Amino acid sequence: MASIVAVIASTHHPFYYKASTATGEDRPPFADEWTRKILAFRETLTRANPDVLVMVGSDHFHQLWLDNMPQFLVGKAPFYDANWYNEEREFGLPRMLLKGQEDLSTHILRAGLDDGFDLAFSNELRIDHSITCPIITLRPEADLPIVPIYTNIFAPPLPQPSRFVKLGESIRRIVESWPSHLRVAVIGTGHLSLELGGPRQFGPHGPDPEFDQRAVEWIANGDLDNCLREVTLDSLHAPGNATHGFMDFMLMMGVAGAGAKADYVDTLDLFHTMEAYFTWYPTSGGVSL
Amino acid sequence: MSKYLLNKFLYTVDRDPSLVERYRSDPRELVTWWEASSANELLNCTDAEASTWLRFDDEERAALIEHDHVRLFEMGAHPFLTLTLFIAMFERDNTEPLEYQKAYGARMAHINLPYPDIAT
Repeated sequence: MASIVAVIASTHHPFYYKASTATGEDRPPFADEWTRKILAFRETLTRANPDVLVMVGSDHFHQLWLDNMPQFLVGKAPFYDANWYNEEREFGLPRMLLKGQEDLSTHILRAGLDDGFDLAFSNELRIDHSITCPIITLRPEADLPIVPIYTNIFAPPLPQPSRFVKLGESIRRIVESWPSHLRVAVIGTGHLSLELGGPRQFGPHGPDPEFDQRAVEWIANGDLDNCLREVTLDSLHAPGNATHGFMDFMLMMGVAGAGAKADYVDTLDLFHTMEAYFTWYPTSGGVSL
Repeated sequence: MSKYLLNKFLYTVDRDPSLVERYRSDPRELVTWWEASSANELLNCTDAEASTWLRFDDEERAALIEHDHVRLFEMGAHPFLTLTLFIAMFERDNTEPLEYQKAYGARMAHINLPYPDIAT
């Protein structure tokens, strides 16, 4: 069976690409530290030596729209074009082309449906920065085949936080039951506290540093009990109006498993948001810790 | 009131560079044209299968024409869509980094939790 050689949860700050490639006067003062942290984070994936990446993210009203909105969607295609005009315009993100791992997509869809998740699917999916940002930070060669999984953290009504955790737990079982010798990394991105288009946006820190601190502790310790006790669809409005993206971190806690302490934890306090990076190694998988 | 239609306007204008420019330079022209020609387009379907019932009310139309992102927020338009489109139109006028983004937030400083419901 396939092995999960790394589980990675990350924020997906779309300005990293522009900040890290800027030079001279255009280079922001925090770019060097940010780049150092990303290179260290990247190494946690590199040393797991994966063959396939399952990528969990959320479409930001690019291909998925309110006339036909899935809650959870799995891509099944041989290729995925990536990044959109408004992401080039605002963030300077490059157009990309990623290969798909269709066998694993097929397996996840079948097994997910049989495990109680009525997964939507797409055979032609242009993915956005929720998935390309971690490709840029963690695997800039963009050479590994992927299975994209989109969650709705954006267009209410949303699934409950516990549902995200359960889907993560299911993804863990499903990937580990894939009849393949390949080494799989599961990578998901979300947000800590975040405000977009409201009065608390673009402050000197994330809108709720206290929430961010608690959230980092929950994730680092795999503390699903306290996380699920405190986090509800209503409570997530308080730290910032886009904080429902935290539920993708909860999904990744489900993949890592209740009580699983992260093997790697790092954060970076930036304007507008707290960046956070976590890696678990569920099996030894040849990785020397 | 149709939060959905407000969102549809923001979504479809944001993704077309020529519409972004028209909305910046002549919002009344663009909003009037869009409501007449595009509000009922069913995305992913042919013109013959367009919808028949979508239109703005006066308050919605006025907020869009006036580039009033605060009013759009108060009406429950999706804040991500509004922000993205307004950055596309006005960030270019910045004289320092994030100037527009910060001013956009400051204009909403009077708004407290709970924010307007954005469910459609």
